[in-house]
Amino acid sequence: MIAMAGRDAIEAKGWLRSHRWLLLRRLTQVAVLGLFLLGPVGGFWILKGNLSASELLQTVPLADPFVTLQSLAAGHPLEASALIGMALVSAFYALVGGRVFCSWVCPVNPVTDLAAWAGRRWSIRPRHTLSRRLRFAVLGLALLLPLLTGMVIWELVNPVSQLHRGLLFGIGAGWLLVIAVFVFDLFYVPRGWCGHLCPMGALYGLIGRASLLRVKATRRRACYDCGDCFAVCPEPHVIKPALKGERRGQGPVILSGDCTNCGRCIDICSVDVFEFGSRFANQMEKQS
Amino acid sequence: MSGQGDNAGSQKGRSRRRFLSDSARSLTGLGLLGLGLGLYGTRARSHAPEALRPPGALAEEEFLGACLRCGLCVRDCPYDTLKLATLTDPVANGTPYFTAREVPCEMCDDIPCVAACPSGALAPTLTDIDEARMGLAVLIDRETCLNVLGLRCDVCYRVCPLIDEAITLEMEHDSRTGHHARFIPTVHSDACTGCGKCEQACVLEEAAIKVVPLHLAKGQIGGHYRLGWKEKEANDGESLIPDVLKLPERRPEGGQ
Repeated sequence: MIAMAGRDAIEAKGWLRSHRWLLLRRLTQVAVLGLFLLGPVGGFWILKGNLSASELLQTVPLADPFVTLQSLAAGHPLEASALIGMALVSAFYALVGGRVFCSWVCPVNPVTDLAAWAGRRWSIRPRHTLSRRLRFAVLGLALLLPLLTGMVIWELVNPVSQLHRGLLFGIGAGWLLVIAVFVFDLFYVPRGWCGHLCPMGALYGLIGRASLLRVKATRRRACYDCGDCFAVCPEPHVIKPALKGERRGQGPVILSGDCTNCGRCIDICSVDVFEFGSRFANQMEKQS
Repeated sequence: MSGQGDNAGSQKGRSRRRFLSDSARSLTGLGLLGLGLGLYGTRARSHAPEALRPPGALAEEEFLGACLRCGLCVRDCPYDTLKLATLTDPVANGTPYFTAREVPCEMCDDIPCVAACPSGALAPTLTDIDEARMGLAVLIDRETCLNVLGLRCDVCYRVCPLIDEAITLEMEHDSRTGHHARFIPTVHSDACTGCGKCEQACVLEEAAIKVVPLHLAKGQIGGHYRLGWKEKEANDGESLIPDVLKLPERRPEGGQ
């Protein structure tokens, strides 16, 4: 494990405290899947359906804004329950951070996290680069295709909905899409899928641009430039203004919609620079 | 990458070139992705005829724009008839379908699959299951149907939830023996819902009666056709044209 990010933190805080948010995230991911599985396996219907659309406790409709937008773009007037579900889910993520979906709920996250971990562990550093803004172009494409064809096309190959649906209803050859994402992340572009291409993440990022819940680099003066947070962060570009922008009057709150609120930076920092907080901490600091 | 070794250009020019080539690369990639997905997607429109959609499903083209692939219809189907397609199934990935020969639709009175659908891909306007049109049963092979051969199998007729409406037995003379009757299972499209009970129950190794999508099963009379006997009914028993027509006399060419 020489030179791997996190050594300082484990030494200073112990293994458990330097993996707290990561463990909580894995627990949440498993719990979401478990709540969906409890119905078909045990007969307790807490969540029914899948992440594309579902029913909470047999009453509250929930729907993924991405797939509902595709359907609307295809020219289909959705029934009220899908529209209400879409509004509820959008409102939730607008509050807690759009990409909280990506790091706390999405089943592809453990796959790409594993690819990133394996890349660090065995020093696999692919040279290819892509623009992180490409995901917005893919989002545009995913919404343009239904507009042109009248069909929801992205969902035929969307690895995110495919994996979750597959785990609940049988996946068949759908594994191929998941493996493709893993291989792409590990050997072509690090964090390539979630951080560069996934249109679903792009949309959730847009939804959560003004979210209340944010990570902030409150104790940034304690930073001793070990670089561990940059190494583990799935969207490292979001850290810099918050952590290093003091002289330019930036931060300490991470304001970019790309931040997934995964809390890995909080875990990995041996001097506890980061913490969860509200986005308004920026203004408060300036006033004081 | 391209542009390396070009020392003449300023830093700005080089980064601009780099930006342009990156953009071009991305656009090309996106274009190819879009083209591929578009072609793949439109191919998904025509699926295998043995894969039937749940009751109330919109016409296939609209259905593929409406279905969210959430599986709520599958979860609420009490007979586990419905399945969600996987990547290699002969139906669009993630959409619900059933195979009549394996598990047919039991035609629940409360239509729980339609009630569960959040998007309207299964139209909520369907409230009477007898109005469902999942397909149309067709006695597709008269050469193996036991009833057509002159035996009294009758199983498809007996299991039909709309017996004597959707399937009737039409008696005709058995010309092979000369002195028996044959009872031909006959499907009526104004009543058949396409539930597939008949196809599932057919006693043959391979069913002689099969549910087929409506567009494959039905012919359509040209709009300009007038059926004389129907016109007569609508016209107080009178023909639209005089019963005895005075037609021009036609003789072989040149004759008078």
